[in-house]
Amino acid sequence: MRYLTDRKRAEGKGAAHSGTDHHWYMQVSAVGLALIVPILIYIIGNAMGGTHEEVVATFARPVPAILTGLALVVGMQHFRKGAQMMIEDYWRKSTKKVLIMAVIVLSYGITATGLFALVKIAL
Amino acid sequence: MVELALPKNSRIRTGKTWPKPSGATNVRAFHIYRWNPDDGENPRVDTYHLDMDKCGPMVLDALIKIKNEIDPTLTFRRSCREGICGSCAMNIDGRNTLACIFGLDEIKGDVKIYPLPHMSVVKDLIPDLTHFYAQHAAIMPWLETKTNRPAKEWKQSIEDRKKLDGLYECVMCASCSTACPSYWWNSDKYLGPAALLHAYRWIIDSRDEATGERLDDLEDPFKLYRCHTIMNCAKTCPKGLNPAAAISEIKRMMVERAV
Repeated sequence: MRYLTDRKRAEGKGAAHSGTDHHWYMQVSAVGLALIVPILIYIIGNAMGGTHEEVVATFARPVPAILTGLALVVGMQHFRKGAQMMIEDYWRKSTKKVLIMAVIVLSYGITATGLFALVKIAL
Repeated sequence: MVELALPKNSRIRTGKTWPKPSGATNVRAFHIYRWNPDDGENPRVDTYHLDMDKCGPMVLDALIKIKNEIDPTLTFRRSCREGICGSCAMNIDGRNTLACIFGLDEIKGDVKIYPLPHMSVVKDLIPDLTHFYAQHAAIMPWLETKTNRPAKEWKQSIEDRKKLDGLYECVMCASCSTACPSYWWNSDKYLGPAALLHAYRWIIDSRDEATGERLDDLEDPFKLYRCHTIMNCAKTCPKGLNPAAAISEIKRMMVERAV
């Protein structure tokens, strides 16, 4: 029990003066992914059913490789920020911080792994 | 984690069923949430029956009739009876609205009435709006000026005045904020649709000179950006306003001044 005024509870710790960058990134990346993902699905769809050498050859070409790289970087950052917001919505205190850290590690881990595989295929 | 289930002492049980009016042919059942902080009991849903041939057309008419003729302990807020004071906001047939302007003919079958969701209940259909009002006060709902006061009045063009339409009509009934899942989970930090609609009403006012300070005070991952454009606020507003659009405009202004 704390004897705080209603106004003090409403004001809390004040404004963090952040969030606009996050909001703007999510808007821009959503538009970017709306363009990238359908093209990538088309490329993957075309590659499906081919032999291992044919698939590797597809992703060794510049356009599919660059698009895959972009999808990994932009998509994983979009995922990281979106998941962070979801965690902030529903989780509290230390659990929230641990989950956000886990999402950051996961997203950068997937990005790094994907880019490594892509470079290995392309070179 | 946020509390997704009701605590044991908040679980609702079936309450008393009051007798049907004798001789009535047009009878309708009203299932109404009841909770009294003084008796230590869990909340319950009481069932009342009204002769609709002797009842007014609005939900508030029915509530007043129940209170006057059946159960005087039924507690709810009401005042203007014409949708302008916002007092009688409650959850009717699953929708947050004003009992005074919600027609009984809009509801099929039995009428279910609960207090506004996810708020502490003071008694029966009365939610505790203390924090909601404090959040409204925190956005400084008044004209802020730095220029010396003019001799007559602060002038405003017809075009600029039109920008306030769809904003000034808000009666602070809290239907929108209590319909917002983001507000349910984070009302301690998120201002909610009603307060943000009012914030935008002053941001967009051509006479107000504190636009920058107002935007500064709102730029926060929780105060403003917890709005995920779910649109429950616009869907439920009994005055037909669109708080989600106002919030989007604030976000747009934030981006405009940053990018």
